[in-house]
Amino acid sequence: MQEAAKQSPVHPAFEETLARRKLDLAPVSVETLQVNVTRLCNQACHHCHVDASPKRTEQMSRATVDRCLEILEKHSSITKLDITGGAPELNPHFDYFVERARALGKHVMVRHNLTVTLDGNPQTGESKLYLPEFFAQHRVEVISSLPYYQEFFTDKQRGNGVFKKSIESLRRLNEQGYGRPESGLMLNLVYNPVGAFLPAPQAGLERQYKKELEAKFGVVFNGLFTITNMPINRFKKDLERLGAYDEYLTRLINAFNPAAAQGVMCRSLISVGYDGRLFDCDFNQMLEMNLPEESGRTIFDFDLDRLLNRKIIFDQHCYGCAAGAGSSCGGTTATE
Amino acid sequence: MSYYKAKDLERFAEIGQFRSELAEKFFDYYHTVTGEDGALTRREKALIALAVAHSRQCPYCIDAYTTQCLETGANPDEMTEAVHVAAVMEAGMTLVHSVQMHNALRKRGAM
Repeated sequence: MQEAAKQSPVHPAFEETLARRKLDLAPVSVETLQVNVTRLCNQACHHCHVDASPKRTEQMSRATVDRCLEILEKHSSITKLDITGGAPELNPHFDYFVERARALGKHVMVRHNLTVTLDGNPQTGESKLYLPEFFAQHRVEVISSLPYYQEFFTDKQRGNGVFKKSIESLRRLNEQGYGRPESGLMLNLVYNPVGAFLPAPQAGLERQYKKELEAKFGVVFNGLFTITNMPINRFKKDLERLGAYDEYLTRLINAFNPAAAQGVMCRSLISVGYDGRLFDCDFNQMLEMNLPEESGRTIFDFDLDRLLNRKIIFDQHCYGCAAGAGSSCGGTTATE
Repeated sequence: MSYYKAKDLERFAEIGQFRSELAEKFFDYYHTVTGEDGALTRREKALIALAVAHSRQCPYCIDAYTTQCLETGANPDEMTEAVHVAAVMEAGMTLVHSVQMHNALRKRGAM
């Protein structure tokens, strides 16, 4: 192949697109503290932007967890704690973190991969079978990835056997009342495309998931969040291997939606890394895009006013959050 | 080397280089039919289009409607079934003509 043909097309920088559209995406609040407590996971999914796996060892310390709790206690405007990982339940201070945050009256969300309940801790062998009951006891909102309502796509993305284990784990959550409207225990599922394409519209796909999961497996849940795959880390490598990176980025750029851009989650949350560093979102965290010194770099320098006046750091992956109906940890951000 | 290049699909709008008003009518019609939920959902329409694409063996359309099926939430089982519908229609259309063969055989006293 000739050298010229190998060159990538030039994509406009995300900030150039914002400027051209006269969009100013300044922070509006810190409603959610999203805390990534570990890179350890019992799975090693193809799309994982964290590069999490059973081999990872990074864990948030008790001192950092305590500092997050102090911040939550001090700021009544931060109403939500969103705990993620890796499999966050594999952090040794996870139960403590949940219990204390709930005692502070915070809404606690856990990014639960379902299979960890049955697999346990891959490094210590510790059982995690107590999780559904623990979640229900503390009225945690459970948010779980299930890339599709069938085995093929789910196992392709998350590994062989994951679909069957996920269904078993969902049944156990349902037994605790999760996903049943009368219980008030929220169980939300997350769909992200298995490959280099954009998510289907959220509402229609949610109806399909509900119909299929209930009919075939007797599983119920509350809502479906559709999330766009961010072209970073493992997924980016996959795209490059397929020679599809430029085409995927072009699709995201062509689908740029100003309404979705205005709803990006970094405007209303702060992400905390396992080592206490602060970031604009979990994706920026994985790309080591540190906040500038003047905004406060770690949870130990946390200053809400300075954070609300910070300039959010954008890069090309941000097109993923602004494409189509938008994408965030809570699903779409613009009306479909 | 094939005459078909995937990148050429991006140049579809070039059909409007001459008599652009005709191309505009076509694209309006196209987007109205395929781009919105109607009596059929966009997902169902994408599956029909995928089946037609196979029947007519259009590589551009197979490429585009594989993506469209995925982006409307369809899965490989549904997509494969749609292709089988196209295939079985083709087979049926061939086979039903054997009635014409029977007519010809009878005409010749051979059946």
